[in-house]
Amino acid sequence: MAEKLMKYSEAVKKFDPVIGLETHVELSTNTKLFCPAPISFGAEPNTELTPVSLGLPGSLPVVNAAAVDYAIKLGLALHCQINEWSQFARKNYFYPDMPRDYQISQYDKPTNGEGYLDVELEDGTVFRVPIERAHIEDDAGKNTHVGGADGRIEGADHSLVDYNRAGVPLIEIVTKPIEGAGDRAPEIAGAYMRAIRDIVRALNISHARMEQGNMRADVNVSLRRDPSDPFGTRSETKNVNSFRGIERTIQYEIRRQAAILEDGGEILQETRHWDEASQSTAGGRVKSDADDYRYFPDPDLVMLHITPEHVEEIRKVMPEMPRERRNRLKGEWKFSDTEMRDVINADALDLIEETVKLGATPSGAKKWWLGELSREANAKGVSLEELPIDAQAVADVERLIADGKLNDKLAKQTVSLVLAGEGSPAEIVEKHGFKVVSDDGALQAAVQEALDANPDVVEKLKGGNMKPMGAIIGAVMRATKGQADAKAVTKIVLEKIKG
Amino acid sequence: MTDQNELVKLSATEMAAKLRAKEISSRDLVAAELDVIDAAEPSIKAFLKVAGEAALEQADAFDDLSDDEKAELPELAGVPIAIKDMIVTKGIETTAASRILEGWVPPYDATVIEKLKAAHMPILGKTNLDEFAQGSSTEHSAFQRTSNPWDVERVPGGSGGGSAAAVGAFEAPLALGTDTGGSIRQPGALTGTVGVKPTYGGVSRFGAIAMASSLDQIGPVSRTVLDSALLQEIIGGHDRRDSTSIPEGPRPMVAAARDGLNNRDLKGMKVGLVKELNGDGFQPGVEARFHEAVKKLEAMGAEVVEVSCPHFKYALGAYYIIMPSEVSSNLARYDGMRYGLRVMPPEDVPQTAANMMAYTREAGFGDEVKRRIILGTYALSAGYYDAWYGSAQKVRTLIIDDFRKAFEQADVLVSPTSPSTAFKFGEKMDDPLAMYMNDIATIPANLAGVPAMSIPAGLSDDGLPVGFQFIAPQQRDEVMYKPAAALEAALEEDWNGPIWRSLRTPWLDGLNK
Repeated sequence: MAEKLMKYSEAVKKFDPVIGLETHVELSTNTKLFCPAPISFGAEPNTELTPVSLGLPGSLPVVNAAAVDYAIKLGLALHCQINEWSQFARKNYFYPDMPRDYQISQYDKPTNGEGYLDVELEDGTVFRVPIERAHIEDDAGKNTHVGGADGRIEGADHSLVDYNRAGVPLIEIVTKPIEGAGDRAPEIAGAYMRAIRDIVRALNISHARMEQGNMRADVNVSLRRDPSDPFGTRSETKNVNSFRGIERTIQYEIRRQAAILEDGGEILQETRHWDEASQSTAGGRVKSDADDYRYFPDPDLVMLHITPEHVEEIRKVMPEMPRERRNRLKGEWKFSDTEMRDVINADALDLIEETVKLGATPSGAKKWWLGELSREANAKGVSLEELPIDAQAVADVERLIADGKLNDKLAKQTVSLVLAGEGSPAEIVEKHGFKVVSDDGALQAAVQEALDANPDVVEKLKGGNMKPMGAIIGAVMRATKGQADAKAVTKIVLEKIKG
Repeated sequence: MTDQNELVKLSATEMAAKLRAKEISSRDLVAAELDVIDAAEPSIKAFLKVAGEAALEQADAFDDLSDDEKAELPELAGVPIAIKDMIVTKGIETTAASRILEGWVPPYDATVIEKLKAAHMPILGKTNLDEFAQGSSTEHSAFQRTSNPWDVERVPGGSGGGSAAAVGAFEAPLALGTDTGGSIRQPGALTGTVGVKPTYGGVSRFGAIAMASSLDQIGPVSRTVLDSALLQEIIGGHDRRDSTSIPEGPRPMVAAARDGLNNRDLKGMKVGLVKELNGDGFQPGVEARFHEAVKKLEAMGAEVVEVSCPHFKYALGAYYIIMPSEVSSNLARYDGMRYGLRVMPPEDVPQTAANMMAYTREAGFGDEVKRRIILGTYALSAGYYDAWYGSAQKVRTLIIDDFRKAFEQADVLVSPTSPSTAFKFGEKMDDPLAMYMNDIATIPANLAGVPAMSIPAGLSDDGLPVGFQFIAPQQRDEVMYKPAAALEAALEEDWNGPIWRSLRTPWLDGLNK
């Protein structure tokens, strides 16, 4: 059922998109938000439960202090107002995966109030995303619909409920309406989500694996003719769980809504869902004013009191934020924007930083991790971290080169052998007897021998044609079993022909 | 061995003394109570479940302890107790007197149950109540009608009618109740027993099935003030599993009760008569006993002052907004998904989870529970929240303020516990408002979180028990125990013994043969 879509470029010319993101981040605490049930990924269904997480009669929630500290860290990273007093509220609605049939969330008194996040786009532009709040709440369980065609509830024969996830702490980061994004709305949303992921990883408060549902977003999109108009009616696309999906959702919604508005139609206020297979959003439940969660303060929980002193203690131990760190390292390493972007895209920032710390030059470290090693990782389909080589080995190789103990060719061989599990670079050099021949006498002799064997080349070199130099170097290398230093060979050749 | 009839009429403190003197064993006590339960239940019906064998095993476990081990235990160790079926007990079916929980056997113990077990107090069984503690007569139980031991044609009060009737009929020396708007104190008044609602947060609510979380409190039911003090010290104290639990240990209530009992000296104590909690709407016999008791307090040296709590007139209204609001949310979890009753929709109705939930709740809840869920759902609705729930919370603040001012003028406040003595079955079932009026004097203490207790103040003109209520400042529970124990002793002197001396107990006649 193809919906009518307007061309994207035309849609963003005719309409001003306003987007909003509600991002759920699952925290990586050891236990749940309101009880000591353990949290792990992939446990047997319905094994990680206590009377509290199953909502048994008589059970009561008690707040996990670690989750609150995680929330404060994220609040600080997002420049949020950390409220001294915050409160949990019950969001009442019936659903099979909700053990109490109400979610414990925060309503009018969230722990983190207004803030912002500056996100950097591909071309280096910085866009400020305004944050409304970042509140703490508990997750629901998970329904699996069995017997239907596509795992959805429609057409399913029966459903299974796993309550392991029920009670896992979440932070919901709610942006204010993001205005002024124009045709870059999808890109801004994607960059924002990646920035959130980098931040929660840097803070070590979430595994932030989108494919495992540690992070997911509800995407709001509305259009208006002119930025001075009031907001249009929005659609809310629920639980989008990939960066590409978020970007595509926004693109699709802009095109879909533009086509409807252009035809004089009206946008339904509804929840939709992103379908990866068809790369489109599909309509779901029509949202009406009847959606009434009857929020009220949870009488089982006392107000959270977060003292300014406690916030300061946390601020003191905050790690550097990803964007600041990138900018600092870029300056320290004297990399260009493009070089830095390559490093980020290759996910090599941490490895290069460590390699540099262990003594390598930034360009040397980058050369290995983005060159040889990236190719190896790609070929094997693994991440750089997963390769059987670490920053120490790369730094060692770089040091051997700097000390003149390896040339490029031998260095590459050494790295290959490290990857093959033959040991550390020092061990490999020792074992294979690698050494650069820089002993002048031996090299002088080898060069003379090569020149004598190639009188025509000597003539060309003398005539100023340096192209055949490679032939001489090759011959010397053969004679020295690759242990000659190419630079030294060149130098000697030049001396000799001048001679 | 002591005569069984006399044994079960002893107070818990007296039973404990006999245990320590090795005149009797815990098994003797439990066996005697089980005999009374057998004999009394056909007419009283206080218990939903009797856990006789487990209670005897617990008694044996106590009896097997060495003297040194026993010496480490609280005074009431070895004395049996009954539990209102609103409190979860591991391995013993817990229903809240509702069809929706019928057959549910909890996998865990409430904190108070853990404490009772640690104190080696055998658990006799689970007592009847209004469904989910919602009612003032125990008539709203889905399972049975509990009779008042003083007149089996009359209600024992509610919601904790089962616990009060069990203790009143000598089926147990002690019981636990839960008090949200008077559910421990009003049945105490109607059955001539002692019932205490501790300071909110003084006793852990972990494992008490929630009715209205900001009002619920577990408390003791007994035949004497000292027994309640001893029991409250056992069940009270901080519990990290209840966020609303007060982070301090129990108050010195036993010492205060013994002081009142032994010295009957109330000189220097100011007793505040709450103007709004007597007079109009209170049965003349109830008023008469109340004022006689106040005279007794004066005679023991207390200074009686009248205090006014002008906002108490809004208490009932505020209570009937806040309580149903919390009920509507707390009772949402009974949806047929995880435990308890599940009713599938008829075949011509789509077999969805939502429909299953609707059919389950329709079949599983009684009318009073549904009434309150509907009221609360309405009060919390968008657009009505501020007018209803918001306003009610403001009233609550005003009532807290009334108490604060009253306690500037008096150490302890007093009133009749209930406007009337026990009424007949069915009398108020068709008139919810008349039923709600029973709790007019008990509700303010719940709204403010302050401790309160009811003790017997004699019999009204109709021959039925009257309750006398003491209210103390928050976290000062001991303050009410002293005058309560003193008054109890003074009144018993007048009556030549406890009030129950005049209770006819035909169910005991067949025993000891």
